Amino acid sequence: MAQLDLRAKLAILADAAKYDASCASSGTAKRKSAPGGKGLGSTEGMGICHAYAPDGRCISLLKILLTNSCVFDCHYCINRKSSNVRRARFTPEEIVDLTLNFYKRNYIEGLFLSSGIIATPDYTMEQIVRVARLLREEHDFRGYIHLKTIPDADPELVHQAGLYADRVSINVELPTVAGLTRLAPEKSAPRIEGAMRDVKSSIEDLRDAKKRFKSAPRFAPAGQSTQMIVGADAATDGDIIRRAAGLYGSFGLRRVYYSAFSPIPDASAVLPLQRPPLMREHRLYQSDWLMRFYEYQPGEVAQATDPATGMLPLDIDPKLAWALRFRERFPVDVNRASREALLRVPGLGVKAVDAILATRRWRRLRLADVARLTVSIAKVRPFLIAEDWRPVALAEKADLRSLVAPRREQLELFAA
Amino acid sequence: MRVIALSAEDDFEGWRDAARALASARVPPSEIVWQMGEHPADLFGDEAVLEPATPAALRVPRAFLDLAQSVILHSDPQRFALLYTLLAGLIEAPKRIEDRADPLVRRLEEMAKQVRRDIHKMRAFVRFREIADDAGPRFVAWFEPEHHIVRANARFFMDRFANMRWSILTPELSIHWDGETLSEAPGASRADAPSGDAIEDVWKTYYASTFNPARLKTNAMLKEMPRRYWKNMPETALIGELVAGARQREIAMVQTARESLGGNIAGAWERLRDEAMGCTRCHLYKHAAQTVFGEGPVDARMMFVGEQPGDQEDLSGQPFVGPAGQMFDRAMADAGIDRAAVYVTNAVKHFKFEQRGKRRIHARPDAGEISACRWWYAQERLLLRPEMTVALGATAARQILGKTVTISAMRGRAIDLPEGGVGWVTIHPSFLLRLPDKARAEEEYALFVEDLKGAARAGK
Repeated sequence: MAQLDLRAKLAILADAAKYDASCASSGTAKRKSAPGGKGLGSTEGMGICHAYAPDGRCISLLKILLTNSCVFDCHYCINRKSSNVRRARFTPEEIVDLTLNFYKRNYIEGLFLSSGIIATPDYTMEQIVRVARLLREEHDFRGYIHLKTIPDADPELVHQAGLYADRVSINVELPTVAGLTRLAPEKSAPRIEGAMRDVKSSIEDLRDAKKRFKSAPRFAPAGQSTQMIVGADAATDGDIIRRAAGLYGSFGLRRVYYSAFSPIPDASAVLPLQRPPLMREHRLYQSDWLMRFYEYQPGEVAQATDPATGMLPLDIDPKLAWALRFRERFPVDVNRASREALLRVPGLGVKAVDAILATRRWRRLRLADVARLTVSIAKVRPFLIAEDWRPVALAEKADLRSLVAPRREQLELFAA
Repeated sequence: MRVIALSAEDDFEGWRDAARALASARVPPSEIVWQMGEHPADLFGDEAVLEPATPAALRVPRAFLDLAQSVILHSDPQRFALLYTLLAGLIEAPKRIEDRADPLVRRLEEMAKQVRRDIHKMRAFVRFREIADDAGPRFVAWFEPEHHIVRANARFFMDRFANMRWSILTPELSIHWDGETLSEAPGASRADAPSGDAIEDVWKTYYASTFNPARLKTNAMLKEMPRRYWKNMPETALIGELVAGARQREIAMVQTARESLGGNIAGAWERLRDEAMGCTRCHLYKHAAQTVFGEGPVDARMMFVGEQPGDQEDLSGQPFVGPAGQMFDRAMADAGIDRAAVYVTNAVKHFKFEQRGKRRIHARPDAGEISACRWWYAQERLLLRPEMTVALGATAARQILGKTVTISAMRGRAIDLPEGGVGWVTIHPSFLLRLPDKARAEEEYALFVEDLKGAARAGK
């Protein structure tokens, strides 16, 4: 292979990494660099998106692969062994230079490093750890580092990765075991889950140690996350929601990312070429929010899916779908209802609910007050009782869906 | 009229001290003019003569001070007066700050939110360019904030880039960090900042490569990265061509994949069938014996779609083996189509029935079940890419066309399918089995054979 220059390699290895949806740089320990020495970088609780690409995704980290050569043949993956893509490989030093150069110009919050599997899983994991060690120890880099752990790598190497990184992740890839068997024949769901379990216990052990000994090292302070590809296997939205809930529960994950299967150059015969509507991915993220911030139980979110197809509606959001299915729970009184009940009202966000609760201690709310706290009073109104407002009982309104659903259909621009 | 002169646009302390004194003296908001600089510009204003504040007399909620510290940075010239109006109100009713639906509280909170967003966007979108001077490398940025946030934001950049020498130039104020101390200088112009940096091309390469053309969402991008920030961000120069080329790139990917599939289609089909054996996408799997997947060569040019497996298919696991299947075989032979060369499958792949005594009576799948099963049909089509897809009966027609149609209105003509190839609609062979009138049955059989012939011709 001819020697590729740095930009050519970057083009290949950024392109190869972009199918991973995760870009978060949030939720880690606060750090800063102090004058003197060579410390560079800081982290706050909240991540920063330094740019947005036209696909709407946040660019927060330099997201690249160490190499896109891989001994695995996962069908959904552009880097699989049988793919004809051009291969490239960075040296650890090249990645370190790129990260520091980008960071100093305020382009990024840090590095998200993953890799195809070269030689053995352990060798690959060692290379990834080496990059993180160079950044942290040689360059005193204090920005964010997210490392992907390699399936079947030695747990000791994964442990080292967690000591340097803010976040570690391993992808479960497909929501169903049958899907994983079909599309990623060399990967094993029990082994992936075993790795997640190991990381979980390292996080817990060192968190406990930190409470007792101030000098104890931190292990992945931003926790672990995972990703599922949506639309490449037969899983319904209901299946995916239940699987995500299981992952949050079993492995204490910070985030489950969903990635609508996206056509890749040089696709394999096993994979569908059509991608699912991006709206499907969006609806799954919304259902994820309902579980994480709106106090819905997984079973309740699953109730928003169509009983026959197991799918969330595409034209309305899952919270509205749930409310339309359980109309008898509405309207709720803004001046009396509990926080949980208010959080169920379609169109009321967490901030609006908290503002209502704060105001309520002071006086009773009228509809105009609620209007000032929400984006669209028209959408919220049918579900609420206020001091001067009482809607027609929902169960009696046959046309409710058409009243509250968005008028314009989401256009699927590139439905193949 | 009292005129209060503040020392700078973000002079929170000046505003606070003045407001404290004025509020203690119960000066109504309408009698105060807030302005910038040493000398009152309002010719009709009196010199502001303030009594020293008596702090004990004035207690305001902590939440108000937090709000005021943000709002002071807003670019709206009315901010001082609005804050003072709220402050005066809080003396009478300190709880008013908790009334989040109060119009004035709401307005000030909105302003604070805009300021916080601007602070965040400055941290995100400042772009340094490296230059070298006698003391070594130096990083300089030109930025145009919307509000008076530069001084308030300096700490962030000091913490992050403590050991770099840097400057952030803005129209109103410039800040410089030499590695030890922060200094301020007057506003600058874009021309004072460096015009480029060699690394920017590498960064642009990254920006272009991390973009996925198969998922264009420009509105999501614009919401978080409004155009007004673009002019000082080097990578945004690429957005136009990336968006313009995206559709072509996705079409090309799909096209390449259609023309030259990697891998082994027969193997892929087998694994798909294995996966379908465990399907629970709708409730029908609970009562049926097994999934009845499609059957036939994966390079077939014609694909026939029936309704659903019947009693015999459910038990044997093979499609088209019951009475209707035998009728189909006969008609295919009469139409001169090689039955072994076509692929047959069903719109719904589990048997739906009602138990009547010992008999399992066929029940028609509903729209939800058809749509749940569409995933498998779509996968079969993607692997086979048949030139002709023949729908046998209304259920199959709904599956291949995605909507309910009348067989009589659609039968006997080629219909372009959105995912490629052509479709053809005819009756289901079980219809022929149910006709009591023999003459009518023969007539319909002949029409069915003609439909099959027509489909075979149209599919060529």
